[in-house]
Amino acid sequence: MALFFLSRPSDLPLARDPSARFLVWITALMVFLATLALAGAMMVSEMAQRWDSGLAGGLTVQIAPLPGGAAAPLDERVEAALTVLRSSPGVKTARALTSADTARLLEPWLGPEAADPLLPMPRLIDVTTDGPVDVPGLAQHLKSAAPGAILDDHAVWLADLRSFTGAVHLAALGLVGLIGGAGVMSVIFSVRAGLAIHRHVVELLHLMGATDRYIARQFERHVVGLSLRGGMVGLALALATLAGVHHASRGLRASLLPDLTLAPWQWAALALVPLAAALLALATARWTVLRRLESLP
Amino acid sequence: MIRFENVGLRYGIESEVLRDISFTLTPGSFHFMTGASGAGKSSLLKLMYLAHRPSRGLITLFGRDMARVTRPELPELRRQIGVVFQDFALLDHLSALDNVALPLRMAGASDADMVEHCTEILRWVGLGSHLHAKPSTLSGGQQQRVAIARSVINRPRLLLADEPTGNVDDGIGMRLLYLFEELHKLGTTVVIATHNEALIRRFNHPHLHLDNGRLHVVPAQPARGG
Repeated sequence: MALFFLSRPSDLPLARDPSARFLVWITALMVFLATLALAGAMMVSEMAQRWDSGLAGGLTVQIAPLPGGAAAPLDERVEAALTVLRSSPGVKTARALTSADTARLLEPWLGPEAADPLLPMPRLIDVTTDGPVDVPGLAQHLKSAAPGAILDDHAVWLADLRSFTGAVHLAALGLVGLIGGAGVMSVIFSVRAGLAIHRHVVELLHLMGATDRYIARQFERHVVGLSLRGGMVGLALALATLAGVHHASRGLRASLLPDLTLAPWQWAALALVPLAAALLALATARWTVLRRLESLP
Repeated sequence: MIRFENVGLRYGIESEVLRDISFTLTPGSFHFMTGASGAGKSSLLKLMYLAHRPSRGLITLFGRDMARVTRPELPELRRQIGVVFQDFALLDHLSALDNVALPLRMAGASDADMVEHCTEILRWVGLGSHLHAKPSTLSGGQQQRVAIARSVINRPRLLLADEPTGNVDDGIGMRLLYLFEELHKLGTTVVIATHNEALIRRFNHPHLHLDNGRLHVVPAQPARGG
């Protein structure tokens, strides 16, 4: 007999409402989009962090072949630049990239032809720093010692990168916010529809001495159940999409795209999206019902 | 128990449907409420079960001045009032047992207590074999008894019934009145709105007679000697 009560239906027959099915699918769509937006933001953030840590604390010197042969040969200018760099304060290491290294870097853009020895390829020197460097002074020294040398401290790159990732983050957060807003509106619509459809039952419970929280809990249980169901569907679809994108990105010949993988904690964070959606639905349902019931005496 | 002093009720900008209502119900009393259709019986009952606030006047319920009772305090007071609605107001998707259990559930009773008490009271009203029946499968009289069981399950201090015999034949109506009499003997204050003159004559209790929005208290007929 006790089991009979444990499996008892809700006081309000909300499960039969047409809005119940609607809320499951709208939540599935919201969670799908929010998960993809968050995953995108995480990937961009991860990529930016990798680029940032790779570029910050380093300099690149580019020594271009000069036309006319007036200057010293390229190899000699590279050696002269290395000498200047290694004697400069703040420079930890300076390593000249071989032609093969440079060709490999350019391969994604130029293809295998990047390794053609007839191409006038610049030579690159990868510099790591361990302290402040007088960039303008060093650039002047390099120009004198190795004509055609250009010092790049990545400042422009880093500024652009940070501004780009900031914009992407903002866009992702805005998108998640919009999706959340749409979700909130869907729950409000569904709950208001439920209150309207079951107005007589709500009024009856109210007159029998049900507190507003008691009635609100009926709606909360209902929308949380629907949101969790829809959320799990949305999450499953989003994870399948991410797995598909990851699989497709691995098949690309050149590594033009960043690595589209996520850390375990990021997967765990994405798995919490349906839970967040359910909590948002719960809070929205409670607020909507309590606000509506205030009109009852 | 209940005291009305110069109470008036109007809906919106309409003229008052109840005017200068004054009466006192002592604890454990039994009253019929009579009056023609539209006289204001349902409106007066609604004031008594706190579905409306009066437009004017003073209502004292269980020793509390209702004008001073805050909204969060109302549910607790409402749970002390059992109401049998004219249309029964049973929840169609719930079984008889679940319908009867509603007041206990609201009061936070345990499942075991609910099962025990609801089964017991449904047996008491003769529905022991219909515990899990949905209202739509019950006859009018059976539904009425479920509604009565629900109204008394949490031992209310005040029991209000709006035309409880209006949808049942005289035999069942008489049986229902005996149920109310038993509750009355247990100390419950009972008010029954009815048109049924036969029942009123049979059960000799004072009347609250409404006539065009005004109330007259008609005392019980003195018992004939002999």
